[in-house]
Amino acid sequence: MSAFAAVRIPSPVLVGARSAGEKPCAPFVSCPAGHGLHRTHVRSTRLGRPLLAVSSDVLSGQKSLGSNSSPSHHAVVSREEALVLYEDMVLGRVFEDMCAQMYYRGKMFGFVHLYNGQEAVSTGFIKLLETRDSVVSTYRDHVHALSKGVPARAVMAELFGKATGCCRGQGGSMHMFSAPHNLLGGFAFIGEGIPVATGAAFSSKYRHEVLKESNPNGLDVTVAFFGDGTCNNGQFFECLNMAQLWKLPIVFVVENNLWAIGMSHLRATSDPEIWKKGPAFGMPGVHVDGMDVLKVREVAVEAIGRARSGEGPTLVECETYRFRGHSLADPDELRKPDEKAHYAARDPIITLKKYILENSLASETELKAIEKKIDELIEDSVEFADSSPPPPRSQLLENVFADPKGFGIGPDGKYRCEDPKFTEGTAQV
Amino acid sequence: MAAALQTAALLSASPNLIDPQRFRVGLLARSLIGRRGSIFVVRSDGRTSGFFNAKSRSGNFITNAVATKADASTSSTASKPGHELLLFEALREGLEEEMDRDPHVCVMGEDVGHYGGSYKVTKGLATKYGDLRVLDTPIAENSFTGMGIGAAMTGLRPIVEGMNMGFLLLAYNQISNNCGMLHYTSGGQFKIPIVIRGPGGVGRQLGAEHSQRLESYFQSIPGLQMVACSTPYNAKGLMKAAIRSENPVVLFEHVLLYNLKERIPDEEYVLCLEEAEMVRPGEHVTILTYSRMRYHVMQAVKTLVNKGYDPEVIDIRSLKPFDLYTIGNSVKKTHRVLIVEECMRTGGIGSSLRAAIIDNFWDYLDAPIMCLSSQDVPTPYAGTLEEWTVVQPAQIVAAVEQLCQ
Repeated sequence: MSAFAAVRIPSPVLVGARSAGEKPCAPFVSCPAGHGLHRTHVRSTRLGRPLLAVSSDVLSGQKSLGSNSSPSHHAVVSREEALVLYEDMVLGRVFEDMCAQMYYRGKMFGFVHLYNGQEAVSTGFIKLLETRDSVVSTYRDHVHALSKGVPARAVMAELFGKATGCCRGQGGSMHMFSAPHNLLGGFAFIGEGIPVATGAAFSSKYRHEVLKESNPNGLDVTVAFFGDGTCNNGQFFECLNMAQLWKLPIVFVVENNLWAIGMSHLRATSDPEIWKKGPAFGMPGVHVDGMDVLKVREVAVEAIGRARSGEGPTLVECETYRFRGHSLADPDELRKPDEKAHYAARDPIITLKKYILENSLASETELKAIEKKIDELIEDSVEFADSSPPPPRSQLLENVFADPKGFGIGPDGKYRCEDPKFTEGTAQV
Repeated sequence: MAAALQTAALLSASPNLIDPQRFRVGLLARSLIGRRGSIFVVRSDGRTSGFFNAKSRSGNFITNAVATKADASTSSTASKPGHELLLFEALREGLEEEMDRDPHVCVMGEDVGHYGGSYKVTKGLATKYGDLRVLDTPIAENSFTGMGIGAAMTGLRPIVEGMNMGFLLLAYNQISNNCGMLHYTSGGQFKIPIVIRGPGGVGRQLGAEHSQRLESYFQSIPGLQMVACSTPYNAKGLMKAAIRSENPVVLFEHVLLYNLKERIPDEEYVLCLEEAEMVRPGEHVTILTYSRMRYHVMQAVKTLVNKGYDPEVIDIRSLKPFDLYTIGNSVKKTHRVLIVEECMRTGGIGSSLRAAIIDNFWDYLDAPIMCLSSQDVPTPYAGTLEEWTVVQPAQIVAAVEQLCQ
């Protein structure tokens, strides 16, 4: 039963009412209640191509999945999987909260963009990936890094600008990279990472077809995360085209949190339903409730599976929300309190906790133990970052070039990088 | 003593310009045997009458691009006679050798595959290596350059071709942020062994947008290396060096130089990316130049030699970083510097070079550094106007005379 069966999505009732007097609207969301997935035929486009869209309603409130004597048999995840998901989301949340604290204490500076509220998207996708798969993110990348396996210590130290950070303190909040975990960044300009992700997917296809290196489990997959604002950027469309053209093993994940700093998605976009832009390029476009990790995971399984088997890219629009402002410098004055309250009530961590307890996958004590463990882990990462040394002067000129001969030949005929002052960081270049 | 030879490829802006038969080649086919025994021969073709009177044009319009004799330190005269080819074929030869050597080397760009490249640099390669290794991209420079960078980060060695260097302005975001800076920003975790190449420079009435000199725009990007080729010999050598380099390298070719012919060695050679090329040793003045202006300089040198001057001509080749050793030794010898470039006056390679020489060799200068650049003007279409925007040999002669007073 494919999660991508054609589904009729009702016209969205959109959030973000402009006038104060209006009642809060229901967010534009997945299909109506009913167990499982709908299979009604969708309307065709003018060109006769059906719009593929899906939404899974696995966790729609009406279903009583836990009513039988052995409820775990009806749960869509196993106990172990549920605990992994829970722990990962709690890790992301606690880490980001700690970042805010540390920022206001003057331990980190610059632009810091926190991921509170969007954890289901990161966890839902990245926990399905293998180490060989790549993740490309944006400036809101701390939690993507953590989900991919970068140690909290390395991320925190990077945020503090210390030499022990994952990028030696040279990247900062917006540029998290980790070669061992195949985290390809961390990009400050929106849309900038999408071509890089497309390149990584191209590389994967190239290795398979030209270099004849095959993995029995399929191609290396690349998952590109970006926001709603990015979906109006040229690089997004250009890469959708190329990815589908060459059937690259990539999943494009839109974290639609409805706001690009202070610009509402509805004010910036002629057709706000981003999932529709996939079929325009010939790939499936899927819309999913991004506040529900199990729904995201279900869609992710299929999208990643498609990529791995060589069927090509998928565009997944996750409706999600950031509980904090765009960055720690954002006063966040434009978003209405009722919109925030609406999404706060759908906190992905609370939703999953409820699901776990209702389905008796774990006890409250066990969940509390996980939370405590995460708290300690984060405390430890802060201590580690605090006690780490800042980068020395000699680090300034390192890594500008992979081959430092690129600094050129000095007047004395020797390469500049051979100058002893160079390694001290005091050479004039 | 300069071996004179030249050719000027006349390229119209039409997409069929690659067909050699349609070139309107400028005058000249003198062949002289250089000191090292290399033979440069060029095809000659009478000028077809175009939109203007050929005779009046040739009077004040230098259609010749003068190449020079091979130099001791840079070209090797093999014991075998070597083989003759055109510059674009030399680029292709270098590219093909590297693609044979390492299966991770791939090419991507517009029309590089089935079409063979708009200047035929990649002709035949798609048939030999397949459509994935020589990838025809849609017209999306920013994205396919970014794709090349992503591929480079994950283990491939791509060569991204800009059909015209000017089109890479659309890719500036990726070239600056990711290509140049990503190695540093990631703390050295990812290297970007990408080569970005394409034809640039002022051609024959191609109009302002097809006549851009991007070396001046890219030079500030940290982490990027830039080289400019000017002869078939250094084109092949630099192409191979750029592909083998772990750094991102931008290789600037020139639209008018693709049809230069030269005999190059049969055996494999790779040139140094950071070194400059001594074109003509001399005593009186150092002339620093690169790419097409090398030929205008050598044309001027013929006149200067007849007038009794002995200029030293260096093709700087490495636009970023500068080879301060070769340049410095020359300045220390001649004490006078003239820079001849095709960049615009403001913010060009010449202004950086001037600053670098002043910083490092001020005490050795006997006269202010003169820099001849193109006018700060969008390149006009009209032939006469275009001729006046770039530096012509007569101006070079006058500048040297003024410097050596």
